Amino acid sequence: MQTVDWVQWLAFGILTLLTIGSALAVVIDRNIFHSALWLLVSLFGVAGLFVMLSAPFLAAVQVLVYMGAIVILIIFAIMLTRRLMGLTEALNTQWWVGGITAIVTFLVIAFVLFQAGQGANPILVREPIAALNGRGVEELGKALVDPAQYALPFELASVLLTAALIGSIVIAREDQ
Amino acid sequence: MVPLTAFLIVAALLFCIGLYGALARRNAVSILMSVELMLNAVNLNLVAFWRFNTPAQDVGSGLPIGMSGQVFAVFVFVVAAAEAAVGLALIIAMYRSRQTVIAESADTLKF
Amino acid sequence: MIEALVNLGWNPHIATFVALLLGVVACASFGLIWFTVIGLWLVRKVAARVQDRMGPNRVGPFGLFQVFADLGKMITKEDITPQGADKPIFNIAPLLAIAAVVLIWAVMPFAKTLIGADLSVGALYFISVASLGTLGVLLAGWSSNNKYALIGALRAVAALVSYEVPMVISILVPVLLAGTMSMNGIVEAQHIFYIFAVPLSAFVFFTSNLGETGRAPFDVIEAESELVAGYNIEYTGIKFGMFQAAEFVHSFTSCALMAVLFVGGWRGPGAELPGLAGALFGFIYFFSKSMVIYMLLLWIGNTVPRLRIDQMMAFNWKFLVPLQLVNLLAVAFVAKILQPNYEAVRATAESGSTLGNIYRVFGPEFIADLPRAIALLIVNVIILGGVGLMIRNSIRKERASVEANRAARPPYLGRRTPVEQPAVGD
Repeated sequence: MQTVDWVQWLAFGILTLLTIGSALAVVIDRNIFHSALWLLVSLFGVAGLFVMLSAPFLAAVQVLVYMGAIVILIIFAIMLTRRLMGLTEALNTQWWVGGITAIVTFLVIAFVLFQAGQGANPILVREPIAALNGRGVEELGKALVDPAQYALPFELASVLLTAALIGSIVIAREDQ
Repeated sequence: MVPLTAFLIVAALLFCIGLYGALARRNAVSILMSVELMLNAVNLNLVAFWRFNTPAQDVGSGLPIGMSGQVFAVFVFVVAAAEAAVGLALIIAMYRSRQTVIAESADTLKF
Repeated sequence: MIEALVNLGWNPHIATFVALLLGVVACASFGLIWFTVIGLWLVRKVAARVQDRMGPNRVGPFGLFQVFADLGKMITKEDITPQGADKPIFNIAPLLAIAAVVLIWAVMPFAKTLIGADLSVGALYFISVASLGTLGVLLAGWSSNNKYALIGALRAVAALVSYEVPMVISILVPVLLAGTMSMNGIVEAQHIFYIFAVPLSAFVFFTSNLGETGRAPFDVIEAESELVAGYNIEYTGIKFGMFQAAEFVHSFTSCALMAVLFVGGWRGPGAELPGLAGALFGFIYFFSKSMVIYMLLLWIGNTVPRLRIDQMMAFNWKFLVPLQLVNLLAVAFVAKILQPNYEAVRATAESGSTLGNIYRVFGPEFIADLPRAIALLIVNVIILGGVGLMIRNSIRKERASVEANRAARPPYLGRRTPVEQPAVGD
């Protein structure tokens, strides 16, 4: 459907610009507090992309966990470890190695994606197979507690979170 | 629908930007933020593959749709949160004893 | 409206987008605009009457136009940005605070057909958006370049983030009982209002919202008489007005949410009618329920003293969170055992027996929900009894220890001569 396509491409383009632009600002901005705020915008863009991919529950959890908790944690850490308000040198002595690595990695991935899309039986499909009705959240909940599916990793994840909670309190506590 | 390749390219871009940030920044908190960008790119990849490649076993009859992609993404959320908490606690502890958060200056085995 | 735009020759996707956007904006600004006009007057009158004074009565009849006077004063004040402040962040912080509150109104069901956007994850959406307000507070405190603002902001963020935990767990209870996260779905599933079935969860939700919005007794976030107004010291003029408006509308929003989640939103006799009549009835019910809860909030806010920050945190982590976790477990257990059997009750209602007639009078869904609601109420009373026993024991223990301390120490006899006392400073 031609009319549908360009509207979706427009939404996708706006979200991509938001995400990638603010991700670039995260790694380029010299003021670390500003780069934390650009991270916030970038995560919001990713949440928008999740909505485009018919995963509204994941988008809401992304806003709640990443933007509402992890970024606040990062800002707290920035506030507690600042010595000078002035700008210090943001890049270390081997930043060019990082740049080359990143560019080469991206080119390799893009090449592989291009190859996988060609040929008679491409691995990467163009149109989505699954036609979802609105029951995504219920299915996700069932998958997480079904003993035949993902109940065990779910329990292990809660043990991991408890261990991280206790561990981070112990590490960051003042020595008595 | 926007094709799968477009989403994967966006995720790859995000990942490489995060990779550059993790390799090139001095401040340990900046490195952690770049790692969060990389984890987000991975999440985007997972959800894109779930949306496009999940076999819908006969949706009309009410059989469940495979949810593995979303479940995997949920676990990535959990691990990212745990890792951010512990990483930031480590950074604060290092700041308290060394008065610096520059990653390059943690270069002796004797603390 | 979508059809009108499509008939004009618009692209159907863009037409849907524009219609939804306008609807969401209209609903979202309802809370902000209406409530700031009438509600501000209401708050000051009620506070004044509780404190045995008159309240605003000069500007307009009964002081009704006081809001406009306040607004005019706020807008015409000089807009100062402190030296050394981080300008873009300083300007964004009040916008974030207000946006977080106004966005919640987009999923609020005013009536059966009046809702901004009926998301399938409405309950989760509103929690996520409320956590953006925490970010606004943090940015305000940091960018003011003022150490008192920073301390106030850190304290406020710690309190806000802590009170989100019992709020989220207490929202899980109506979501569990209704089987859906969509706000309209939760309202439609409340054949028996959940406040009668799970009053403890309603209490925990109400209290954690008191903590989230910074109302007394959890005032310490903005403690006007203490920490020199906390995180918004350096804000003047309309930006300060935005912070005040955000906190104020947030308190009404939390009352509206409590009405939707626990007291049945727009449900009531006549709200099921199609068209304008049903919408009007639903709107009136929703509104009056929120106003009753808001009066309760004002009443509590004007009578109880303020808790210290460490008392606030202890109350949250040692009382609210364990209570709500036990509550959630009990509710989940009971709700699984006693699932309402709608088909059987409807079948009995269709048949002509006397029991069926009784069922039809009350409404078959109400009767089907009744055993589960009664069981939940009994479980809640049991939990309340257990909690009451534990509180009574701890009070007795504390009183006994205070008595023991008093008996061990020699009493202070101020008027006796120093000879009979051990020398002060020994």
